[in-house]
Parts: sequence; structure tokens; C-alpha cells
Amino acid sequence: MNGVTAVMRRELQGYFATPLAYVFIVIFLVLAGWFTFNFGNFYNGSQASLAPFFNYHPWLYLFLVPALSMRLWAEEHKTGTIELLMTLPLDVWQSVAGKFIAAWAFTALALALTFPIWITVNYLGEPDNGVIVAAYLGSLMMAGGFLAIGAFVSATTNNQVIAFIVTVVICFVMLMAGFQPLLSPLVGWVPLPIIDAVASLSFLTHFSSISKGVIDVRDIIYFALLIGTFLYANVLVLHMKKAG
Amino acid sequence: MIECHKLTKQFGPLLAVDNLSFQVSPGEVLCFLGPNGAGKTTTMRIIAGFLPPTSGRASVCGLDVETHATAAKRRIGYLPEGAPSYPEMTARSFLEFIADARELAGAKRRARLDEVYGLLHLEPVLEQTIDTLSKGYRRRVGLAQAILHDPEVLILDEPTDGLDPNQKHEVRQLINRMSESKTIIISTHLLEEVDAVCNRAIIIAGGRILADDTPGNLEARSRFHNAVSLKPADRSQLPALRGEIEALPEVVETELDSKSERLTAFFSDRRLSLKTINELADSRGWELSELHLESGRLDEVFRTITGGARA
Repeated sequence: MNGVTAVMRRELQGYFATPLAYVFIVIFLVLAGWFTFNFGNFYNGSQASLAPFFNYHPWLYLFLVPALSMRLWAEEHKTGTIELLMTLPLDVWQSVAGKFIAAWAFTALALALTFPIWITVNYLGEPDNGVIVAAYLGSLMMAGGFLAIGAFVSATTNNQVIAFIVTVVICFVMLMAGFQPLLSPLVGWVPLPIIDAVASLSFLTHFSSISKGVIDVRDIIYFALLIGTFLYANVLVLHMKKAG
Repeated sequence: MIECHKLTKQFGPLLAVDNLSFQVSPGEVLCFLGPNGAGKTTTMRIIAGFLPPTSGRASVCGLDVETHATAAKRRIGYLPEGAPSYPEMTARSFLEFIADARELAGAKRRARLDEVYGLLHLEPVLEQTIDTLSKGYRRRVGLAQAILHDPEVLILDEPTDGLDPNQKHEVRQLINRMSESKTIIISTHLLEEVDAVCNRAIIIAGGRILADDTPGNLEARSRFHNAVSLKPADRSQLPALRGEIEALPEVVETELDSKSERLTAFFSDRRLSLKTINELADSRGWELSELHLESGRLDEVFRTITGGARA
């Protein structure tokens, strides 16, 4: 566990040693607010709920999380520090876990800093705070899923721009998997169970039920499995790269 | 203790390391010499556990670097080529991270950190971020990182690259001090470094070992070994001198270095070279500003050995 903590602490220090952390947090907060008030009909909805706020999180993460995850491994490959990291007495999984946890903790911090909107809605009305807690949890789980995908993609390349674009595309597909435009090319020639399976991979379906306050174990397991799978793939990619 | 047994590394069509076998014992400072692309860095990366070999095996203190990777890495201090480190971190926080990863704790951690700050004179730059440091300081931070846990085995890829002559001297002294108890491999392009720190040198080219010997024995392979160089006080005497020396039956040939105006005589029987010239100079009453017996020139040996391999 010590190795994980060491890597995690170094990563977090890295975020705050550069403007990255501050730029990310400010942009996240500004965009979250802007979406909520401009598109979410926060006031006009005349409901004391944070649904207008959470509904835009998937779209916010679609671009912001890849910006955070793109450097995780690509930068280490580029600057050669990967050689240092891989020759320290750490298992590869410890480095993978340390980096992921640091990035996830950082998004958790950004998410936590949206608390004024929670205070606002409580000041204006009487929202169901249970639903809000569940939605925060769902949002965090979803951010973790995006991050795990991003970390995996970042490990495959030493070019951060490629890592960013590829991550955005994969995340977009994962978001939209349950929707017609993505499913229609499959309809007719792919067996229905497979189409259902693809549809059930959608981030949005799983997130929307949690964000409505329904904490279904299956949704939690879905995100946990997703994170686990991509982190495992991340470890594999690093081993493969090592083997040249 | 480092053991490599039939180590081979293939990158696609390129055979970077070809069937290398050697052992290094504690107290030995082994120097890898070779042209660029000879396989020095690849070999070091394999031993450090960064690259797996295509075939063969390497072990450190009896631990196979592939099957007991983490245990082996604990015993190794490794300075990768170019001394990479995290540019946004301060020198102090970088070394603290290494201490974390190496699981150094408590009083020992404090003592080790203070010791390497002192050994590498890092105190003035500890609070600076690494990207603002000069090349010399970056290299020293990299060295500090490698020796922080007082490892049994040190693998240093070009440890003095980018240092000024004073810093080079200090790093060499540091390596010499550590060499008594440790097993050390360094790679270098600087032939003077071989004499300064190593007691064994391996010359590699094309991934193969071409020579494995002490620096002294390597020098003895030079055609300059036991040749005599001299310089007359009055340079106008040079042609006359040369003529007389060439007339000696033992002298095979002479060479004049036009830059230093130093005349070098090569002998068929190397043992008597200095004596012969001395006697000749005495009998003729030559006034010499310089006279010495060559021990051999490593750069020439290096060129001969590696040049032959390429052809």
C-alpha cells in the first residue's frame, strides 16, 4: 500500500505545483454553473432540485476529464520519467492505482467545490437531500469511469493530444451507447441480446438512475467493473510497452 | 553481485544486445565503453528491470530481475540515461518521493536524505523546481536519487555527463568512496573516466563484448604501450634527433605529433625502450624538455577494437 500512497502523493503534488489544478477547478466550476443556469432552467423549473445541475455532468466530464487524464502516462513516456518510476521497487499496479486515485481524488475535490449550489437550493426550497447525495456519488463514480478510460488511453501513447482525442471519442461512445444514433447501425444484423448488451454499457443510463436518487447495486457494480477493467488494461499496456 | 547470463535483447529487426554474459562482484567498478548504439544503455535497462530481455537472464544479489523484480529493484540504485526527473517538483519533494517509494522512514530516512544533500551539495537548490536547475544540478539530483537508499548495486548511465570538470572530479571521488562495499556499473564516453574510477572495463559494440579487462591491461594492448615520447628543448634539433633514433636497430618507426611537436618512437622489444633512448640521449648530450614512457592510449585501443567490429 505504501507504494500506492507514494505515487498518489507525488501526483497530487504535481497537480498543485502547476497551474493545472487551479485552471481545471475554475473551468469546471464556471462551466458547471453556466450549464445549470443557462440550459438547466434552474430557476424557471420552480423545483428545489439539483437535477438541472447534475444532468450536464456527463457532458462536462466528456471534455474535462480527458484533459486531466491525458498526461497521466503520456507525459511519463515523453519525459522518460517512466524509466525512473518503473525501476523503483513498485509493482506496476501500485503506480497505476496511485495515479488513478490521485486523479479521482482531484476530481472529487472539484466536485466538492460545487457545494454553494447545494446551499443555494436548500436556501431557496426544500430539496430531497438524499437524492442530491446519491447524485453526487453517481457523478463521482462516472468521473472515475471516464478517468480509468483516460488513464488507459494515456498509457498507450506518448502524445498527450492523441490521448485527449481518443479518450473523448471512447467516452462519447460509452456515453451514447444506449441511444439510437449509435445503435441503429447495428439493428437488423446483430442479434438483439448483443444490442441490449451494448445499450446497457451506456454511462448515461446508469448515471441517470443514480442521479434520480435510485442507488441500484447494479449501477454501482457497473462503474466499479468499468474502472477495474480499464485499470487492469492499463497495467497490461504498461507491461506490453515494457516488453517493447 | 550482478550476473548476466546469455543476455539478448531484440527490438524488431535490431539486435541491441547479443548474448552478453558477465559477472560483477562487490568492490568492482565496471565501466561500459562503446560507441553510441552499442547496447550499453539497453544492457543497463535490463539489469535495472526496466526492459525484459528477449532471452537469457540477469540477476542482482542472487535475485532474478524478472521473477523477483521488486526485491531486486530494492537492492539497485539506478541513474537512467539523461537523469530523468519530474520537472515541476522541487529537488526536495522529488527526493522525498523517492524516499517514500523506497520505504525509508523515521530517523534513517532523515539521515539518508541529509547525507545525500551533503554528498551532492544540493542544499542551495532544494527548494527550486527541477526545471529551473542547471544541467549539472539535475544530474546530481538524479545521482542523489540513485544512492538515497544506500543500495548494494549501483547502475549509473553516464553519471558525469553535463558536469563541469570540478563536479566530474567530485562525482568520481564519490563513486570511488562507495566502490569498496558496492557493486557498480557505469557507462561513459569519457575514456579518462575509466582510469579515474574503474577497475574493470568492458568494451561493447553491436551488442557484443569485444574486450573485458582491467584498464591497465587494455592500455597495454595499445601500440603506444611502452613507446617513448620525447621533445627536445630546441625544436630545430628535432630532424637530427629523429634521424638518429630511427637509425637504432630496435626502433620500428617514429611518429611526430605536429601539434605538440612530440616525437614518439616505437620499439620492437618494448621492455628496453626507455633505457635505449636514455642511453642514446646521454651519449649525444641531448637536452630534452620532455621524456616519458607511454603506458598506452585507451582511445586508440577503443578505436582499434570498436572500429574493427564495425567493418
